[in-house]
Amino acid sequence: MANRNTAPGPKGPMGGGPGGNKAQARGKMMKLDEKSKESLGRLFKLIFKNYKFHFVLVIICIFVSALANLKGTLFLRTLIDTYIAPFIGQQNPDMSGLLNALMQMAGIYTLGIVSTFTYNIIMMFVTQGTLKRIRDDMFRHMQTLPISFFDTHTHGELMSRYTNDVDTLRQMVSQTVPQLVNSLVTIVSVAASMIMLSWQLTIVSFITVFLMIKMSTKIGTMSGLFFAKQQADVGKLNGYIEEMMNGQKVIKVFTHEDVAKEEFDRFNEELCDSMTKANKFANIMGPVSNNMGHLNFSLIAILGGAFAISGIGTITPGTIASFLMLIRSFNGPIQQVTQQFNTIVMAMAGAGRIFDIIDQKPEVDNGNITLVRTKETADGTIEETDHDTNHWAWKVPQTDGSCQYVPLKGDVVFDDVDFGYTDEKMVLHNISLYAKPGQKIAFVGSTGAGKTTITNLINRFYDIQDGKIRYDGLNINEIKKADLRHSLGIVLQDTHLFTGTIMDNIRYGKLDATDEEVIAAAKIANAHNFIMHLPDGYNTELTQDGASLSQGQRQLLAIARAAVANPPVLILDEATSSIDTRTESIIQNAMDALMHGRTVFVIAHRLSTVRNSNAIMVLEQGRIIERGDHDDLILQGGKYYQLYTGNLELD
Amino acid sequence: MIKKLSSYIREYKRPAIFTSLFVAMEVVVEVLIPQCMAKIIDIGLPAGNIGYVTKIGILMIFMAMLSLAFGVLSGRNAATAGAGFAKNLRQELFYKVQELSFANIDKFSTASLVTRLTTDVNHVQMAFSMIIRMLVRSPMMLVSALFMCFTVNVRLTLIFLCVIPILAGSIIFIMTKAMPSFRSMFKKYDVVNRVVQENLTNVRTVKAFVREDFETDKFEEATGDLYNFSIRAEKLMNLTSPVMQFCMYLTILLISWIGAKLVINSTMLTGQLMSMFTYVQQILSSLMMISMSIVMMSMAKTSGDRILEVIEEEVDLTNCADPDEEVIDGSIRFENVSFSYYKDINRLALENINLEIPSGTTVGIIGGTGSSKTTLVQLIPRLYDATAGTVYVGGKDVKTYDLDALRENVAVVLQKNVLFSGTIKENLRWGNENATDEELIHACKLAAADSFIQSFPDGYDTYIEQGGTNVSGGQKQRLCIARALLKKPKILILDDSTSAVDTATDAMIRKAFREEIPNTTKLIIAQRISSVQDADMIVVMDDGRINGIGTHDELVQNNTIYSEIYISQMKGSEE
Repeated sequence: MANRNTAPGPKGPMGGGPGGNKAQARGKMMKLDEKSKESLGRLFKLIFKNYKFHFVLVIICIFVSALANLKGTLFLRTLIDTYIAPFIGQQNPDMSGLLNALMQMAGIYTLGIVSTFTYNIIMMFVTQGTLKRIRDDMFRHMQTLPISFFDTHTHGELMSRYTNDVDTLRQMVSQTVPQLVNSLVTIVSVAASMIMLSWQLTIVSFITVFLMIKMSTKIGTMSGLFFAKQQADVGKLNGYIEEMMNGQKVIKVFTHEDVAKEEFDRFNEELCDSMTKANKFANIMGPVSNNMGHLNFSLIAILGGAFAISGIGTITPGTIASFLMLIRSFNGPIQQVTQQFNTIVMAMAGAGRIFDIIDQKPEVDNGNITLVRTKETADGTIEETDHDTNHWAWKVPQTDGSCQYVPLKGDVVFDDVDFGYTDEKMVLHNISLYAKPGQKIAFVGSTGAGKTTITNLINRFYDIQDGKIRYDGLNINEIKKADLRHSLGIVLQDTHLFTGTIMDNIRYGKLDATDEEVIAAAKIANAHNFIMHLPDGYNTELTQDGASLSQGQRQLLAIARAAVANPPVLILDEATSSIDTRTESIIQNAMDALMHGRTVFVIAHRLSTVRNSNAIMVLEQGRIIERGDHDDLILQGGKYYQLYTGNLELD
Repeated sequence: MIKKLSSYIREYKRPAIFTSLFVAMEVVVEVLIPQCMAKIIDIGLPAGNIGYVTKIGILMIFMAMLSLAFGVLSGRNAATAGAGFAKNLRQELFYKVQELSFANIDKFSTASLVTRLTTDVNHVQMAFSMIIRMLVRSPMMLVSALFMCFTVNVRLTLIFLCVIPILAGSIIFIMTKAMPSFRSMFKKYDVVNRVVQENLTNVRTVKAFVREDFETDKFEEATGDLYNFSIRAEKLMNLTSPVMQFCMYLTILLISWIGAKLVINSTMLTGQLMSMFTYVQQILSSLMMISMSIVMMSMAKTSGDRILEVIEEEVDLTNCADPDEEVIDGSIRFENVSFSYYKDINRLALENINLEIPSGTTVGIIGGTGSSKTTLVQLIPRLYDATAGTVYVGGKDVKTYDLDALRENVAVVLQKNVLFSGTIKENLRWGNENATDEELIHACKLAAADSFIQSFPDGYDTYIEQGGTNVSGGQKQRLCIARALLKKPKILILDDSTSAVDTATDAMIRKAFREEIPNTTKLIIAQRISSVQDADMIVVMDDGRINGIGTHDELVQNNTIYSEIYISQMKGSEE
């Protein structure tokens, strides 16, 4: 777990300019080696920690299985020397010895089969269990990461950690690991037998084996290089495909099909090229190690013969024969080891990227103030309760261990707040504002002026660089994030829905809401009517981000989702932008009902939506340039007046 | 299916054939090598004939070299053929997608097209490489090894003939049993991926509602399902290697018993017996490979089917026989037009539309969500074909035009518009590849985009991230308008393209249109009355029908829907 800080996390703001990402990616590649080795270690630690017992059992089973196999190989020598050679030419040979030996071998083989089966089954549980654990760990940790993390990573990039990267691990854990152990056991025991037979021949074969490994790693490294290039090209091509498929309709509208084809061909050609190169190397690996094995065999035969004749060592033709059999059992596992090379390299890189996520710093949350349900006792003091009283309070721990209760009202104050996505570049300057409980505060301004950014500070999607934000008089940094966000309802401009029924989607705002509560919320949002028109009403299954619904209908669901949560503070970020004004005017009453008694922050382009706000903040380039209610601002005759009359200039 | 897919091997037929050829030769040599081993053990060593051993040894080295050469050659050719085949297949698919109509694209979702172009092509490529190598190698190996066994000893070979069906049968049994489990496992995979995907797109919602734990539970349930189904599938597969071992050991024991008798009878030599053991391995493992390949291929079949489904999809929008290349002017006429997305007259999205728009007019289209405003305008550049009735552009039926020529003249800024990764300039040049910088700037000025582009440090060379994530919604819309303007179209359609632009800027854009491109027919779909009220003609849509046509003043007077919308939007200003 060392080196947490060196993980090259994403830096730079949203859209940190061109080239920045590429340079970063290249930097990542360079660091891959040391980091990925470390990742491999971590992976094994992870497996071993959870499957100590399994692992021991697996290793025992592999041992038994490998030894049974080896015993089989050695048996061939016994077969020939003990049970065949002495009897050759006899009329009535006594075969009972052979029969016994064969029975014995059958027993050993059965043992081998049983252990192979056992370790395969155990490894299956270990592999799948480890994969589940890694996926879960990664996902659980991802849930704790700040919004800025998601701003700086593309969805495709994060998705591929769950798919491609986890997949490389599956291959390595389930196949490579047992194979390596198996090979190791075989290699060691065969080598021991070889040395016992003839150390001279062993040396000769070790030399060829050494050469074989050298060559294989050489080819492996070469092919690894090309594989990295191939992976990069796959990424580029897939990215291109994804982008083009998403923009397919635009391509058609602009009759850009031929250009798309041309560009596609370029990426496709490039991938074909690197794929060919990578596979050329990978494909010759097999023949090379295979035939090096044959070479080894021939050399031993020739040299062994020469030794036998010239009397070096005590080598007999029988020894050579047995030795040659051993050589064959020796070559197999060595080939297997060398062929695992690529899998290991790829798994190391994959593990590296997975741990990269797990090592990301979670959202900072030092708050200790929590939100509790309360009831007022007869003497007027506030008391904590488990019942749904609709009264909430902040529970503020005091230094002496006692707790103070501050009623939740929805009073929000910004005092001279500065904020930037990076420390270098501020996007909000000197923002001061207050919202009394039950007030409606509107933000107006051109796109990019910082309206959404301000609301993102209230729920602490981002933390401010300077200034203070107070919520019911409490520093929001001291409120536990989860509790802070529980007290805030939010409806975003881009509504995304989850796969599930409409009921589930609305209930997302309050998981324990009854069906009646959900329907009531849908009615408030004016969503009830269209929902009832759907084939299965509230049980209609939504798939693909609610693709079957219009943007307006999705926004209505999002409003219902916020309504069911029933929070004291509501943030509406262009919540009605996709609802046509006629429908909007119909739901206006409902929206008013929803907003009643809550502190509301509204962002809207339609000035008619914000007109009845208690205060309107006009923003420009991250500063509040005008503030006041509608009439004040019209009197001021400034930017708001221009905007407002801009709306009416055509009258 | 194999025949259809293999037609895309095209220029890689030669390497593909060479691969199989070299694989075959490699196998022949590989089968002969154990013979040399047998000779060394049987003849050379017992006789102490070093000369012989050396001779055969050198022969063996030579054969190993030969087999190496064949192996390398087949490997290289296989790489070329496999990658090339994948390239061709991918190209064919991508080209086909470019030809698909909107209706075709709607049928396949974007995500599924991406999967077909990536994962499915990979699967087919893997199967292809398997066929040209493994499916040549293994049967060859099986047959030649069996043949060699026959030449060595017929009786022992009979053992193989008994074991082979047992092994092949049980492996195929196991795999066909496991296949459905694998399929359900893949479905669970999709669920896991979907949960991740949805969490990535919904990250703000998840955090805002503090549903991290809820999502984690959901995910763990999905991975739990995946775990269970994987175990179920793999449990069966795990039987293959013990079965294989069982057959191999059984054969070895039988050969040892019978072979021993034969050697003792002097009907066979020790070395020959030894070579039989080598063949056991070769025969049984090639059998295993064959069964595995067959299973892998049947798994790849699903992918092959999915690819062919797209390739064979019938494009439902095609050029007529002798298409018109020139669009005379920007006049538009709808004549009794009805349209259904399902080509079903009972599920109409547009019903009996009659509308005449003279060239150069500005037309506002307004109506509630789901009133088919978008559907109406999509018929003009022939993104869809009318189910009944005729749409005329420039006085001619849209179906008589060359599709490209028509679309060159009808620019649409789609509601769901996209920018592509690349600089702003590159994006703008989608409209006109040869546009000069001056033209670009001019178009951007018209679309009120020039000022914010200039405010970027890199100006027109600012890099747009994939999906245009580094510009705001309003900026994106203005860039898309500028891109469309560069086409210098006769008809310009803005489908709710200024919804994220503030009203003042919106007014500026419309003013520029009026003054700078007076001869272009402009269709503006909008939510805001202010966006359409100065239009020459406003069409009010309701539930797939035209509810009213007229100028702003006329409609305020006599159209209920329009006046309702107007009042709802003006309410604020009159209090």
